[in-house]
Amino acid sequence: MNAPAAIALGCSAGGVDALKAVLGGLDAALRQTILVCCHSSSDTVDLLCEVLGRVSPLPVVEAKERHVVRAGAVHLAPSGYHLLVEGDLHFALSVDPRVNHARPSIDVMFTSAAEVWQNALIGVVLTGGNADGAKGLRRIRELGGTAIVQSPDDAEAPTMPRAALEIAGTDYCVALNDIAPLLNRLCLV
Amino acid sequence: MDTPELENMEVDLFVQALHRRHGYDFSQYAPASLKRRVQQLAQQLQCRSVSGLIERVIHEPQLLPNVLDGLTVPVSDMFRDPAMFRTVREQVLPMLASYPQINIWQAGCAHGQEVYSLAILLEEAGLYDRTQIFATDLSERALQQAEEGIYPVRDAQQWSRNYQAAGGKRSLADYYSARYSLLKIDQRLRRNVTFARHNLVSDGVFCEAHLIFCRNVLIYFSNVLQDHVLSLFRDSLVRGGYLCLGLRESLDYASAVHDFTAFEEKMRIYRLTSHSEHEVT
Repeated sequence: MNAPAAIALGCSAGGVDALKAVLGGLDAALRQTILVCCHSSSDTVDLLCEVLGRVSPLPVVEAKERHVVRAGAVHLAPSGYHLLVEGDLHFALSVDPRVNHARPSIDVMFTSAAEVWQNALIGVVLTGGNADGAKGLRRIRELGGTAIVQSPDDAEAPTMPRAALEIAGTDYCVALNDIAPLLNRLCLV
Repeated sequence: MDTPELENMEVDLFVQALHRRHGYDFSQYAPASLKRRVQQLAQQLQCRSVSGLIERVIHEPQLLPNVLDGLTVPVSDMFRDPAMFRTVREQVLPMLASYPQINIWQAGCAHGQEVYSLAILLEEAGLYDRTQIFATDLSERALQQAEEGIYPVRDAQQWSRNYQAAGGKRSLADYYSARYSLLKIDQRLRRNVTFARHNLVSDGVFCEAHLIFCRNVLIYFSNVLQDHVLSLFRDSLVRGGYLCLGLRESLDYASAVHDFTAFEEKMRIYRLTSHSEHEVT
């Protein structure tokens, strides 16, 4: 298999620590485009970019509409907007209604990324308090992408990984600390 | 399971059908969001696929208002992004106060929450009686709702917080009456608002405006259409007129951006600069 081109991560409650663990463990040599959708009540993701940027070997930035996705960078979905990827690999934002009570919604981001990258995408569902992400992960798998779900026993909020396992199934179900090594292995082929 | 390629083909055909049958051109809408909306519309109308929707769009002309409403999905809040409204209140309105008559165009007014937010700002600044607001949208249905000014009362709490954060001087409840699960905006706020149909894709200059409000509308447009609409705004604004966009909108790929200078970049408020057709009145 060719190395994947992109990784999409989703989480909600308790997600910041989980994201720190995953992004902090990534290999600085990764050239994948990384997208993150983290539910939060904050108005901006400025602080989150800063917090994650401190632990991640890859740059962490807010995804900007119309800008082309960057290889080897982590892009966060802005607060209050759904994040989508266009076929020609630039970002698009939307203020369409919330999905699963969330905007940005993980399902929206996963689905759009799945349709662009198809079998070259890895979807990762981390800790979270609702079922957002499950349908998107199913779409990722339908289109030949790879699914990783944080083990529910290991998650601060198990609802999201559990829903993902039920609705999408998965290729890997592993503890939080094993996710980064697994991503490095899958991506550095 | 349909492949994305097949689905994209169906969406393209739908866009063509809508254009040829009814004259509405969505071909320059950003594809990813458009696809979601078209698929949702097909689902709402209980079509098995987007192809099914094509058939209905061709043979059931009475569906058109539904379709346009579904493709423009109007969502907003009162005083969404309070810091931006505060900037308008504190920095833009005092500048507009020097005009004897103020024209404001809100392009893509959706259900009208921002029209009424603006009207409140103007009222509190003592400018409303010499202001005309033109609120336009592509969707007839959205315009009807905007004109009614009726919203779910569950939104009131958030909107009140927004209003306060935007520098509100009173209580937001002074501007609406609540009954059962609905709130209705005070009719007086509508007195200087004209609601009208306008399609940013195909219609021209609408008025000579001192301020254009068009927030989170261009994010649904391709770079080409974004540029086209910005040129339309340029031609509609008086020199020095203000343009307010959504807080996450990017003008990095728009050549028309050269006609505007950032007034408050973070709040996405711009002023028209290099334009000689309209002079300050």
